[in-house]
Amino acid sequence: MIEVRELTKSYGTTIAVDHVTFDAHAGEVLGFLGPNGAGKTTTMRILTCYLSADTGSATVAGYDVFEESVEVRKHIGYLPESAPLYADMGVIEYLNFMTQVRNIPKSQRKERIRAVIDTCGLEDVIQKDIGELSKGYRQRVGLAQSLIHDPPILILDEPTSGLDPSQIIEIRNLIKNIGQEKLVLFSTHILPEVSATCSRILIINNGKIVANGTPEELSSQAKGDEIVHITIRGAQETIESQLDALEFVSQWNRVGTDNGTVSYQINAAQGSDAAEALFRVVVENGWSLTELRQESIDLEDVFLNLTHKDQV
Amino acid sequence: MTNITAILKKEFKSYFNSPIAYIFITFFLGISAWLFFRGFFLVNQAEMRGFFGLMPWIFLFFIPAVTMKLWAEEKKLGTIEILMTLPIRDYEVVIGKFLASFALLVVTVLLSLVLPFSVMYLGNPDGGTLVSGYIGLLLMGGAYLAIGLFASTVTENQIVSFILGITACFVLLIIGEDIVLFNAPNWLFPIFSYLGLGAHYSSILRGVLDSRDIIYYLSLIGFFLYLSTLSVESRKWR
Repeated sequence: MIEVRELTKSYGTTIAVDHVTFDAHAGEVLGFLGPNGAGKTTTMRILTCYLSADTGSATVAGYDVFEESVEVRKHIGYLPESAPLYADMGVIEYLNFMTQVRNIPKSQRKERIRAVIDTCGLEDVIQKDIGELSKGYRQRVGLAQSLIHDPPILILDEPTSGLDPSQIIEIRNLIKNIGQEKLVLFSTHILPEVSATCSRILIINNGKIVANGTPEELSSQAKGDEIVHITIRGAQETIESQLDALEFVSQWNRVGTDNGTVSYQINAAQGSDAAEALFRVVVENGWSLTELRQESIDLEDVFLNLTHKDQV
Repeated sequence: MTNITAILKKEFKSYFNSPIAYIFITFFLGISAWLFFRGFFLVNQAEMRGFFGLMPWIFLFFIPAVTMKLWAEEKKLGTIEILMTLPIRDYEVVIGKFLASFALLVVTVLLSLVLPFSVMYLGNPDGGTLVSGYIGLLLMGGAYLAIGLFASTVTENQIVSFILGITACFVLLIIGEDIVLFNAPNWLFPIFSYLGLGAHYSSILRGVLDSRDIIYYLSLIGFFLYLSTLSVESRKWR
């Protein structure tokens, strides 16, 4: 539904978006991940026809964003960063204005407004002016606005920024639900968010796409050792000689000793199920185990690897 | 057309949701009534030439205040990003916003009809010049609005927009006034006197509704609305 080819946009000498190419289809929740200033917002602005690119092409729902921008805009619901809304308008008044400019037939307007109020949980604030609302509610009104015409494509720029944890979970669930039939493209710089919601992740850095895949694919790409933290009560020398003897342990470090217990950080080959094996070794030797913890290689590492490589 | 109406309604309501409309109407009516009645009994004639004569100068300060927020505020708050990603063409937004400010002007001018009615009560003014005076007022006001609207598209700061609006209106007004005309080189004289914002208005005030004057104001409005559209679109220029 979205096809982006070699999109480039620069502001003066800064290249904001650098030959970006990707595809996205209905039924996908696409997470746009990147540090601040990576070019996420600019890409979204180009896709929503707010800005135009210098070179490259993009089609949304089969329409070219430069040539048929009005058609493109009909198919998109867009929530810009920090949900800019008219503070002096009432919530209902604002949504009603949106139904008008979105050309929703008069007979369906009430129904659509009701529908987005329910989806976004705005029931409690319908009497209020937007200016009186808290950040969370404002964000929800912004989301309601983007859903009002039931668009096949939803583009959300940092939809969860500034929300409290329970609101974040609500919005995430909402995005997941919407993403079952539609295409949701949303940006964030919060990592757990993408692994919790997205079916696919695009990591963008310095205007370039540096990774594109499902959360699992990206984690497995970041190959490395399994890391196990273990604390054992037992004789230090025997433990260490045992550790040296274990095949899957590639490296171990004594982290500390405390009152008869010894802590180690153990690096093991990937896929060796080191934690389980270590547990067996402890049992066989009759030591007692006070801590056993496996460090998982998560998206965070992928992200840091990809985005900080050239800066450090 | 429905898009233009939607924008028009929204902007018009927003004038009344904020204090702008009330302040504008109150001050405009207050100042113009005061300036009008101050001289009215001195001259002791049942006519409104004095009132109409002041209008180019009163508009100079009031109209840019009406238009300054139309685009500048959208840019400042970022609401322009939602507005310009709606399936509306840029010129529709420009026209909708212009018509909203024009509607506010019409409301204000209608309220100022108190003045001609009191003149009619006190004497027997010439109805023709009153009607043409009011038509001239709206045409000239429209031109000021279009200039102010354009000034608002070029900045995100309302104060800057206000000052730019005043300056642009002032320049267009003053070049048609005697003070500049008599000092201008001969070859510039016809151009300046044609372009001057006030000169056409004065000729309408005399009770002659000449199509040339009407065309002048309409084309001025059209020109500045076109410039505004270009200015709004300029974010997408490559």
